[in-house]
Amino acid sequence: MTHRPNDLGLEKYRRMMRIREFEAVAEAIHAAGEVPGSLHTYTGQEATGVGACIALRDDDYMVGNHRSHGHPIAKGAALGPLMAELLGKVTGVCKGKGGSMHLSDFSVGSLGETSIVGSGIPVAAGAALGAKLQGTDRVSLCFFGDGATNEGAFHEGLNLAAVWSLPAIFLCENNGYAVSTPVSQVVSIPDIADRAKSYGMPSAIVDGQDVDAVEAAVAEAVARARAGGGPTLIEAKTYRYAEHAVNMGRVLRDRGTEVDAWRERDPITLYKARLTANGTSLEAIETIEREAKADVEAALAFARASDYPDQLAAFDDVFVDRLPIPHYLVN
Amino acid sequence: MARGSYIEAIRQAQMEEMQRDERVFIMGEDIVCNVFGTTTGFTEMFGKERVRDTPISENGFIGASAGAAMVGMRPIVDVTISSFLYPAMDQIMSIIAKSRYIYGGQARLPLVIRSCLFYGNSNAAQHSDRPYSMFMNMPGLKIIVPSDARDMKGLLKAAIRDDDPVLCFEDSTCWSSKADLPDDPDFIIPLGEGEVKREGTDISVIAVAGGVPIALKAAQKLAAEGISLEVIDPRTLVPLDRAMILKSVRKTGRAITVDPAHQTCSAASEISALIAEQAFDALRGPVLRVATADTHLPFSPAIEKALYPSVDRIVAAAYRLVGAEHRLPAQGI
Repeated sequence: MTHRPNDLGLEKYRRMMRIREFEAVAEAIHAAGEVPGSLHTYTGQEATGVGACIALRDDDYMVGNHRSHGHPIAKGAALGPLMAELLGKVTGVCKGKGGSMHLSDFSVGSLGETSIVGSGIPVAAGAALGAKLQGTDRVSLCFFGDGATNEGAFHEGLNLAAVWSLPAIFLCENNGYAVSTPVSQVVSIPDIADRAKSYGMPSAIVDGQDVDAVEAAVAEAVARARAGGGPTLIEAKTYRYAEHAVNMGRVLRDRGTEVDAWRERDPITLYKARLTANGTSLEAIETIEREAKADVEAALAFARASDYPDQLAAFDDVFVDRLPIPHYLVN
Repeated sequence: MARGSYIEAIRQAQMEEMQRDERVFIMGEDIVCNVFGTTTGFTEMFGKERVRDTPISENGFIGASAGAAMVGMRPIVDVTISSFLYPAMDQIMSIIAKSRYIYGGQARLPLVIRSCLFYGNSNAAQHSDRPYSMFMNMPGLKIIVPSDARDMKGLLKAAIRDDDPVLCFEDSTCWSSKADLPDDPDFIIPLGEGEVKREGTDISVIAVAGGVPIALKAAQKLAAEGISLEVIDPRTLVPLDRAMILKSVRKTGRAITVDPAHQTCSAASEISALIAEQAFDALRGPVLRVATADTHLPFSPAIEKALYPSVDRIVAAAYRLVGAEHRLPAQGI
């Protein structure tokens, strides 16, 4: 593996730390009752999101899923609007209309973090089609979980991308479970990446705990896509430390020592060791850690200080023009 | 201005908008082969990049239209028969209808999904649906239901230029009908504007899609008997021209809604409720629905046609409202 220059290495570390800190705060304020609705944390999967996004250009497209917090941070989004969205504030990235499952920041190339499993895959294929028709060399990357690969949308989207040779990268974040169901129980082959063969599409399997490995695999797929070589399916084997959603109220699976084994290969710990071994100073690393913490704290302060949306905002953005306001809401 | 059919109107609308705006492209099953005649000559004119045959993957390519629209293209998706929308309900309902809203206005989805209402011709229950009212129940989707060739051209062009997703339902019972089709490349009919297809004084008949020509025939028949029907075609179901409907009902004091869809939760039902809620004081009788019975459509021609709205059923409803009960069948319309 060729390592990127140290500054980019630190950038990967910075983005992973921002995700880790963001999720820690999100869990804490959710437990305190400050975040309405459900919360699906990305903790443990930082290397897949960051490794993938660091291999993209700023103007490349990205589509994600209900586990939505990590993707925009990995792509470089500002934290304040993301945190404000968790609180349902008007300054939220979706103006308080989306919440935890939909942290999608279009300013960094996102085209949605969609909470119906698999539904982002055709959208990502379509963005790739748009990029191709427009004659640009942009690519479109779609994040989805192992569970999504049993959806029809996965098969239809991958087939479409393959037969049209679209510049798309399909990145399966295989974290081992669809809610509580182990992937081995619902997928009849050991590696999801092998499903690419059905579409005549190249594939790769990467260690999802290794941000450099993910970056290298995605970079290769991106280069192929930009050069007109069509789509790639990448399976990153990773793990989430928390339950499917933190407010599910009961333990849905008996993990035993499984979590501990994965924590032994925590993506941030692994990468920190690599940076240190490559000569990065501990001071530089600790500065990034401090900054990430401070940035998340500032984001939380911003979110808390923000207003809730006006009631009439419920009628904005159904269409480009605001809907008529029903009489019972007109003063 | 030359006369042209409903199908020709679709072809012209698409062709003119593809010539006008290179972001517009069309995809669907068997577009290049041009099964229904709505893309005649398109491959030669626009090439295969902009005229795309798709796999039989409605959820896949309708979803892809959303992604392409979000990055600045303006797709037209030809889904041929409206029953084929069902495999794509996930993308239509969860992605296309909701993406703009759920992301707080960050997304824009200028796309048109065309499909035909393929009923009345022995195609059996799975191919004979008129499902627009299901989509009326989902915010975020504009819906057009043109009833003649001129409206088709103007509405479809408006739909292609619109920045919101639009479902275009094309009534196959209207396919061969002809009208003068304006040549002006900027001829459009704004979405949300109904039309008084025939002025009248006794009863407002608010008719949808293929219900409109039937209502006009009923109006002609009843005129000979001195009963004057005003035929209103909303043309767009979302947004609905409520003002035009209510104004007409306030004038006539009587209302019949005509809709080829199944009656329960139909456009006819919604329009009837609107009238009951907002023009009750003007009504001199009940609002009557002439829609399709809530059973599936059978294959056999011996028993299919009687289930749909017909001239006779509209006439019977009109008699009931103007007090000619002696001419009515004992029960129902």
